[in-house]
Amino acid sequence: MRFLPLILKNSVRNRRRSFLTISSLALSICLLGVLTALYAALFHSSPPAGQELRLVTRHKVSITNVMPTWYKEKIRAVPGVKEVIIWQWFGGWYKTEERDRQYFFPRMAAEADRLFAVYPEWQIPEDQKRAFQADQTGCIVGADLARAQGFKIGDKINIRGSFFPINLELTVRGIYHSPHESDSLWFQFKYLEQGFESLGWPNFAGTFTMLAESPEAIPGIIRTVDAMFANAEAPTKTETEYAFGLSFLAFLGNVKMILLSICGAVTFTILLVAANTMAMSVRERVREVGVLKTLGFTQQKILGILLGESLAISLIGAGIGLVLAQGLCTMLRQAPPVVQQIKTLTIEPAVLAILIGISLLLGLASCIVPAWSAARTGILDALRFTD
Amino acid sequence: MKIPLSYNLRNLAVRRTTTIMTAFGIGLTVAVLAASMSLTAGLREAFRSSGHPLQLILMRKGSGAELSSQVSRESFNEVIKYRPGIAKLKSGEPAASLELVNTINLPSTESPDGMNLTNRGILPEGVAMREDFTMVQGRWFEFGKREVIVGADVAARYPDAGLGRTIRFGRGEWLVVGVFDSPFPARKSEVIGDANQMLEDFQRGSLFSSVLVRAQDEVSMQALTNSLSAEQRLQLDVMTEKEYYERQSSSGNLIQYVGTFVAVIMAVGSVFAAMNTMYAAVARRSKEIGTLRVLGFSRRSILLSFFIESMILALLGGLAGLLLVLPLNGLTTGIGADATFAEIAFQLRVTPEVASTSMIFALIVGAIGGLLPAFGAARKQILDALRDA
Repeated sequence: MRFLPLILKNSVRNRRRSFLTISSLALSICLLGVLTALYAALFHSSPPAGQELRLVTRHKVSITNVMPTWYKEKIRAVPGVKEVIIWQWFGGWYKTEERDRQYFFPRMAAEADRLFAVYPEWQIPEDQKRAFQADQTGCIVGADLARAQGFKIGDKINIRGSFFPINLELTVRGIYHSPHESDSLWFQFKYLEQGFESLGWPNFAGTFTMLAESPEAIPGIIRTVDAMFANAEAPTKTETEYAFGLSFLAFLGNVKMILLSICGAVTFTILLVAANTMAMSVRERVREVGVLKTLGFTQQKILGILLGESLAISLIGAGIGLVLAQGLCTMLRQAPPVVQQIKTLTIEPAVLAILIGISLLLGLASCIVPAWSAARTGILDALRFTD
Repeated sequence: MKIPLSYNLRNLAVRRTTTIMTAFGIGLTVAVLAASMSLTAGLREAFRSSGHPLQLILMRKGSGAELSSQVSRESFNEVIKYRPGIAKLKSGEPAASLELVNTINLPSTESPDGMNLTNRGILPEGVAMREDFTMVQGRWFEFGKREVIVGADVAARYPDAGLGRTIRFGRGEWLVVGVFDSPFPARKSEVIGDANQMLEDFQRGSLFSSVLVRAQDEVSMQALTNSLSAEQRLQLDVMTEKEYYERQSSSGNLIQYVGTFVAVIMAVGSVFAAMNTMYAAVARRSKEIGTLRVLGFSRRSILLSFFIESMILALLGGLAGLLLVLPLNGLTTGIGADATFAEIAFQLRVTPEVASTSMIFALIVGAIGGLLPAFGAARKQILDALRDA
């Protein structure tokens, strides 16, 4: 500790180099931080309260494949299932048939009488709830969506069908608040059923959304439901609502492997940058090491001073990088979410610890070889050394 | 007067540890960019080279993909099949094929939990229109039987879908009786069988998905497009098969965005590292710079020489990066196409375009990293430079 001032002094003596090294490290650590946070959020996070009890059953192939509606009663009978509703993604176009982000929001049909039982965390005034349930062509919109599109109670919303050749004429009957997502529009499944009838289509369901009685019941429900329909005309896949969102992402390729290999490349780049700088800065100083030795510094002390300098630089770099990473995470949280997990993106303490650990290790690894050889150089050789 | 290039090369060789480390750092940055680009390049190529130039795909208005489209047998027979301008098959029938498209789920080598595949049901016209198919193994499926043929990519990537195996989908089991190859990569990821058998399994009544039509020539193709899209009884979107596949190549966009974003951030880091290396090179060679100036080399020569040295460093880095991703070339992988909800297999391609973009990227890193140190070197006063320790 006595040498701390010397170490710090040393690390700023070539300001330009320290600045460049620290910036380079900070950027890499920032990137590594965001990627690790992303990895943690996608694969190791747990659903927020209120959502952990919700499960989704879909056709094993994809949500565009449908299941017969009679599945619902069989699912309801599974022990541990508290409530189950039919949930059908509708899609369609609002205002424009272009792929316009501005007018894009999720539109779903669900069974209105039990919708709020499956989403108990929603807040919606009782009278609005009743108005929605009473009106076959009514709909409710999330608070965020209402704000974004300027929807008010009583507004008419026309949705042109795409996947389903049915045009909807809806009236906003309520606005709900939810701690998780409130940017969707929900309308009555009955309305859709009528459409199917007029087209001569059989009734079917895109997904069944259910609420479990307790977290302990979830694995059993998943097993029972999927086993029940394994050999039926439409085999199912049941998963938590949280994981259901991820299944869309998994579809884009092997996300896990891509993230990990990028992380690997970034880490290795940091090692190279750090090692390179430390090697330069130590070599520049061999003569000085000779002087220090003449003054009576032992090999260990000199090694310690050089290692300390490398650690100081990598820690400063890591610190700045992590602050930047947290900033980037905050920005990503605001962006339109591809999956719900992004909304909670942050540098968790565990990720923080791992990254600081990595940067310390890198600091050590990058310096150990040049520092060791410098510390071992004999006094005369060191003093004679010309770069 | 120009300072010879060998001066730079020797310098890089003398400080080889630093050179290797800096170049390798740039190399890794380039590798991330090149890898993500080779993925999209491969995907684009797979889709771009798919589709017959004279064929049109007909889908219900607004459906965007065959999977979400419906066309009934009646409207096909009454309104589409006998339109003028449609080419004739050998049998004398019009080259118009009513097709049924579904997705099925099978475990693949990459995702043992199951991946989606496009399953297509066709009628005799559909078989006749697929002259591009060559059977690598086995034979065509027979109509009226629960038999399917699979594309070569399916056979290779899905252990359960090899010749002679049975796969389960719809209401029961299907026997794989053949494996086909096709010059159109998108086709090779499909499982194909008798449409009438599949209609029953998927309870579609008489609702098929899409129609594939071959025009006699380009003029009649345009006329067909116009008359079919204007047909009020049909409400169809008419697209050339080429256009349909090309649209789907956007499926790899997200990966490309992420790859580019990461590469750009890494590049900024690499610029700093290159700058560091070059500043060190300048500092260490202060005396040499002074000597060169005394010998009569101009400031500009010094500037150029250091700048070139940085560029060589970056060039080495770029080459290292490309060497790193080269093994990826030709590697087969699959991606979920966003319109079809099914996997398409394709090969990563380190195309000349990917290679040159990556090299340019590396050189930009070298140029930005080398410019300031080179200026610093050129600005040195002769006497100061000679006096520097």
